[in-house]
Amino acid sequence: MEPLSWTGPWGAWLNPLLGLSVAGLVAASLLALVLSLVSAPVRRQSLPDGTLAARAGLHGLADLAGRAFLWLTALVLALYLLLPLLLPYGALGILGEMSQRFLPVWIALGLTFGLSIAFKRRLGLYGKLFDSTIGMAGFALVMFWVFIALFAGLFDLIATHDPLTALSGMKNKVPGTPLAMAGDGVYPHYLLGGDNLARDVFSRMVHGSWIVVQIAPLATIFAFLVGITLGLPAGFYAGRLDTVLSFLANLILAFPVILLFYLLVTPEMVQTGVPAYMAMVLFLFPIAFFGVLLNARLAPRPMLRLVVLAMLLLFGGWLYLSMVSQDGTPVDFWPDALDLFDVPGGILVVFVSVVFVNAPTVFRIVRGLTMDIKTRDYVAAAQTRGESPWYIMLWEILPNARGPLIVDFCLRIGYTTILLGTLGFFGLGLPPDSPDWGSTINLGRRLLSIYPHAAMVPALALLSLVLGLNLLADGLREESLKD
Amino acid sequence: MTDTVTDPALEVAPGEPILEIRNLSISFFTRTREIPAVMDFSATVRAGEALGLVGESGCGKSTVALGVMQDLGVNGRITGGSIKFRGEELTTMSPARLREIRGRDIAMIYQEPMASLNPALKIDRQLMEVPMIHEGISAEEARARALEVVRDVRLPDPERILDSYPHQLSGGQQQRIVIAMALMSKPALLILDEPTTALDVTVEAAVIDLVRELGEKYGTSMLFISHNLGLVLETCDRICVMYSGEAVERGRIGEVFDEMRHPYTQALFRAIPLPGADKATRPLIAIPGNFPLPDERPPGCNFGPRCDYFQEGRCDAQPIPMVEVPGDGHEARCIRTEEIDWDAPPEVSDHRESTEIGEVVLKVDGLQKYYQVSRPGLLGGGEAQVVKANETLSFEAHESETLAIVGESGCGKSTLAKVLMGLETATAGGVELDGRAVGDVPIEKRDTRTVADVQMVFQNPFDTLNPSMTVGRQIIRALEIFGVGDSPRDRKRRMLELLDLVKLPREFATRMPRQLSGGQKQRVGIARAFAGGARIVVADEPVSALDVSVQAAVTDLLMEIQREQKTTLLFISHDLSIVRYLADRVMVMYLGHVVEIGTAREVFSPPYHPYTEALLSAVPIADTHVEKKHIVLEGDVPSAMNPPSGCPFQTRCRWKSRVPGDLCEREVPPMVEFAPGHKVKCHLSQEEFASMEPVITLAEN
Amino acid sequence: MIRFLLSRLLTLLVTAFALTFIVFFLTNLEPSLEKIAKSEIGTRVSDAEVESWLDRNGYGEPMLVRYGEWLGVVPGWTHTVDGEVVAGRCELPGGTVETSAFCGILQGDWGWSTVFRRDVAEIIGRSLALTGKLMFWVMMVMVPGALILGVLAGMREGSKLDRSLSTVSILTTATPEYVSGVVFIAVFASTAVGLRWFNGSATSAMEDATFENFTLPVLTIALYGMGYIARMTRASMTEVMTAQYIRTARLKGVSFPKIVLRHALRNALIAPFTVIMLQFPWLLNGVVIVETLFNYKGFGWTLVQAAGNNDIELLLGVSVVSVVVVLLTQLISDIGYVYLNPRIRVS
Repeated sequence: MEPLSWTGPWGAWLNPLLGLSVAGLVAASLLALVLSLVSAPVRRQSLPDGTLAARAGLHGLADLAGRAFLWLTALVLALYLLLPLLLPYGALGILGEMSQRFLPVWIALGLTFGLSIAFKRRLGLYGKLFDSTIGMAGFALVMFWVFIALFAGLFDLIATHDPLTALSGMKNKVPGTPLAMAGDGVYPHYLLGGDNLARDVFSRMVHGSWIVVQIAPLATIFAFLVGITLGLPAGFYAGRLDTVLSFLANLILAFPVILLFYLLVTPEMVQTGVPAYMAMVLFLFPIAFFGVLLNARLAPRPMLRLVVLAMLLLFGGWLYLSMVSQDGTPVDFWPDALDLFDVPGGILVVFVSVVFVNAPTVFRIVRGLTMDIKTRDYVAAAQTRGESPWYIMLWEILPNARGPLIVDFCLRIGYTTILLGTLGFFGLGLPPDSPDWGSTINLGRRLLSIYPHAAMVPALALLSLVLGLNLLADGLREESLKD
Repeated sequence: MTDTVTDPALEVAPGEPILEIRNLSISFFTRTREIPAVMDFSATVRAGEALGLVGESGCGKSTVALGVMQDLGVNGRITGGSIKFRGEELTTMSPARLREIRGRDIAMIYQEPMASLNPALKIDRQLMEVPMIHEGISAEEARARALEVVRDVRLPDPERILDSYPHQLSGGQQQRIVIAMALMSKPALLILDEPTTALDVTVEAAVIDLVRELGEKYGTSMLFISHNLGLVLETCDRICVMYSGEAVERGRIGEVFDEMRHPYTQALFRAIPLPGADKATRPLIAIPGNFPLPDERPPGCNFGPRCDYFQEGRCDAQPIPMVEVPGDGHEARCIRTEEIDWDAPPEVSDHRESTEIGEVVLKVDGLQKYYQVSRPGLLGGGEAQVVKANETLSFEAHESETLAIVGESGCGKSTLAKVLMGLETATAGGVELDGRAVGDVPIEKRDTRTVADVQMVFQNPFDTLNPSMTVGRQIIRALEIFGVGDSPRDRKRRMLELLDLVKLPREFATRMPRQLSGGQKQRVGIARAFAGGARIVVADEPVSALDVSVQAAVTDLLMEIQREQKTTLLFISHDLSIVRYLADRVMVMYLGHVVEIGTAREVFSPPYHPYTEALLSAVPIADTHVEKKHIVLEGDVPSAMNPPSGCPFQTRCRWKSRVPGDLCEREVPPMVEFAPGHKVKCHLSQEEFASMEPVITLAEN
Repeated sequence: MIRFLLSRLLTLLVTAFALTFIVFFLTNLEPSLEKIAKSEIGTRVSDAEVESWLDRNGYGEPMLVRYGEWLGVVPGWTHTVDGEVVAGRCELPGGTVETSAFCGILQGDWGWSTVFRRDVAEIIGRSLALTGKLMFWVMMVMVPGALILGVLAGMREGSKLDRSLSTVSILTTATPEYVSGVVFIAVFASTAVGLRWFNGSATSAMEDATFENFTLPVLTIALYGMGYIARMTRASMTEVMTAQYIRTARLKGVSFPKIVLRHALRNALIAPFTVIMLQFPWLLNGVVIVETLFNYKGFGWTLVQAAGNNDIELLLGVSVVSVVVVLLTQLISDIGYVYLNPRIRVS
């Protein structure tokens, strides 16, 4: 097999086209920017059809050119994606082949967007996301990685090789290197090169996303449940309870995160069982949260309440006990027959410490929102009906705080992703050969100045996912403010 | 004072137009469409004259003002017509020329004085800036000017005021500073956009008085924007009534008030409580329907769908032009001005009987509520201070009775409501509900019956419903809590009946609150309050945040339900007009004290408590036949944290000198009983009381 | 004001006390101690030997007592063999051991680093000075950059300038230090790309910081924080620009530049100021990552070495210093907020 170049033979005429359109786009945007700086905004014209007309003169020209080049760029990019399906292997080089590996992702993304845009008016805040360019871009980036993770993690698609297996002769090879010993049914190239242990960088990137997509959202949800369960009463009752809880939250926040990780995420710590005990406390919060939530709502209907709460305690308790009780840790009491799953100690400690780091910030946000919303008349109305404090907190206050919380949720997933990367970067918690992005960057950085690809690939992957989440949050914020 | 540097050629002789708006149209643009806010609007302000611009919220009156200032924001744009200021066209003016005119020739004052002042700059810098920009004078000169103007707006201790930050002043003082700022360069035209809405009635009266006086002194023309017809009557020479983006009637103020020629103006006057209106004999007439949204305006006449005189095929056939009617520049946007009999008395559909007042339901005896307040935050729990919110309140309320509680902010009426509801417990004294003591029972300890018996209607319609729960769900929740109905189906049926009761369509059960208008939300709030068959409903300014045309309907509804269910209504308000209209008995509160209590007739006629007298004089009345005695209270309501010694009102009382010695400063006066049930808390002698004259007299017509 | 300061200081002390105890607890867990013992006397030893080593070296006492010793409020431990003191916490330079003497951090005795074979206080002092240099330049780049970015973007909400600058700041907040550092080194310092403008290592900057060897580390830390502060400033600025008093100023005839500088800026900077100060715990993260990545032997690098090599006393010292730094910046932030905001200052 020949080595693949970045864009292959067809790139010879696609690349200049792309270069041209991107250069045009940049030039037009810069021109528009400079124009908007030097001259005051031109008064706008309204058209008979009721829309606001394009600005006249140079402004309008710059806008028009910008839009034209944007479409041209999009068109060329689409060619990069679609052409490989029609052309023989390698015709569009590494990019073409990567695009082809991502085919299921493109289909899934297309379906998601098509359906969402078609029904966007009936989808509430999620639907409104599709009115905002920034929000859509963010959502696309996020879903891109989510789909990669799902297809790779659940169906073993997309990845070309096993992320943990080293192939001889592939150590530190540059992107597009053919396998030294190609066999039948083995993918013939390392698309993004090999790392210093001769493993496929592309496959490691793809599998790394699965680890992030599993841990980050779940840890964030837990952090939110903890933060909400404690933040609501702190904001609602204020007074002494608030003082104590806020002090504790500030205590955790005063720890530099890195230090906390170095103290918590160590093998010795796993041995002592501290994370397991912390998990016992943290995992109690979801059950408490949903228990109180339903209890408050169903208080006027005692029979229904009894049934619902019993069900919740039964199933929630079972999940909780399965989750908490781990073989090989000090907390191991639950019979194996009933234990639904075991979480590896390393993952558990990572999970717990990430929740631990995030929860105080969520607590502070929820507390602030609660203090604001509790002065509303509908809260007073609930009080004059004699509603229980928890009903007021969970059904009157919380639903009305959801806008800022959803936005923060997106941001926080991004932050959690960064934290997971940090842990990997310092080699904490996760096993050293784990394909997660942080660990891969850590391995790759040693030879960074000679073979940058091994560290660059996961770095850019992480960057794009977090960027997507931030853009998504920004779009959501903008759209939720429009109400 | 130095003269403003203006081009002599631009000086306008009195009586000549200074601001001419011709066929002005303003639209706001969203990403997808254009929303017209003002259409074909014309008006003229003459030199030395005040023009009032009146209409309900959303009618475009503030947009007109911002259009004149050329400050419509990113999305707003003038789509047609012209605005000429002293002959100069404003719509095409260069930004530099516009900056020269703003602040020097045209100044603007608007709502929320606190928000209008920069919190980070001291008052003097904010004032001095104006002449320093426009006249290039030195800082010393500007400061001298600022001192003079601050004196002109009658603020005490001008030096100290100039040296303070905005948050250190009270609301009334802030508004005076905003006025001073507007007058710093002696503008030719002053635009006032609801300048007193955020202020208390007595403070409002003083500010309005000041504006009128300064307008005369400086010879400033004014464009006065308000929703309050009474205020406009007191301040303006001419009036322009707006409805849904259009001017519907304009003319001299007397003519429009007495000989209105547009059905909307007429309906507006019939919907507001004027002296003489009475809930039993001359009830208010609500305007049916709702204000049209800017993108749902009907063809032809905008008021058509709500108009009694609407004729299909004529009123909705073509755009309606302004038509001249007899009078001095009197015009109306109605094609039937000649056909309508404007003097015909309104049809009153049902003659309602006043209900029998029943047994005592609520008995409050010597109620006292003190709060311990420690200065929050920074000082780390400094000394605790005591806020005396309620001082020895005693009163009774009967079945089917409406007891109005009147007072300005800080008078303790909200605290009283909280104690009744059980959200707070009394410090001393007792509250009895049907003979059960509830004064020191907090809401958690009250049984379901008591909770359902005392319910509340809140002030702000946009805040009264949980925005993320359907209307039906919220009413059902109240039913569940009050233990009404046996099954979910039963409760659903009850909920729909309640919607019928408050005259809302049953489809509203599945709507979210944001899909409802303010008046509709308030109706849901009323339905929720009456869900458990309440004995006492506390209505905390239930209509003050609503538009005039909706106010009447909601007030009516409240009284109708009250009559049917024999509920006791505690109506908290600062608006004496509406209180006079609907209350059986009135209780006037000041700084936690009841200063006067009695039947409505007794309270509204002499002898008055001096505070009641001032309050009556302060409320603007939209009736040209009413003559009011002019009483202006100095200063602001003292803080409840640091109340004056002796009589709470002694710091602002104009009768204080008639009481011998320093009795007022030493002792809280006793309650003096004039007639059974009519009591006044004052040291004045019987002779002084006897010498009091009525504040409001109706001229014969 | 004095009362406010005192109450803040009191909270600070309580917090610091609680935090040092937590750190002490976490670093002195049994497995860590065992590890230390094994590293000192060899890995293949029996549990009993480990036990006796721990006893001999003062680790046998209860946690609280040892915390007290470390703080300097409980007399240091001594180990006696046959009635003669052979070892103890308070060892004088000559090798003699003082009995019932106090030698904790309150007395200025921070302990002995097992990795660097030196006094902890000395190591921390030197590394803090190095990190101080780094942080100084980070602040010089980050704070003005972020404020200018934020104010320009927030000045006219929704304008092209706003959109471009906001995208830039979103991008930088999405780039953690270990990503931007890797990208910078790969692009500007690697043979693969071949630009070689800057050094990929900052070791030489410890003695003599130059443009070549210091730019990348400074930029790496500054960028991540910059986006966050810029977004805060922008949010605060847009809010202020829509405030009623800005309209008042506009309608007074004040020109746009003057509105921004005189009326908006001060109000808009209150929120970002607190954010900058509260950034310190985050910046410390960046310092650790960057010092590791660029091999700059400052405070962060020391932390990694201490934690990685189970150097308990050094780790304790490093933790205490970082926690105290964070608390002090919070205090400064509170005081600054009060000074910037006249509404709070006077009342």
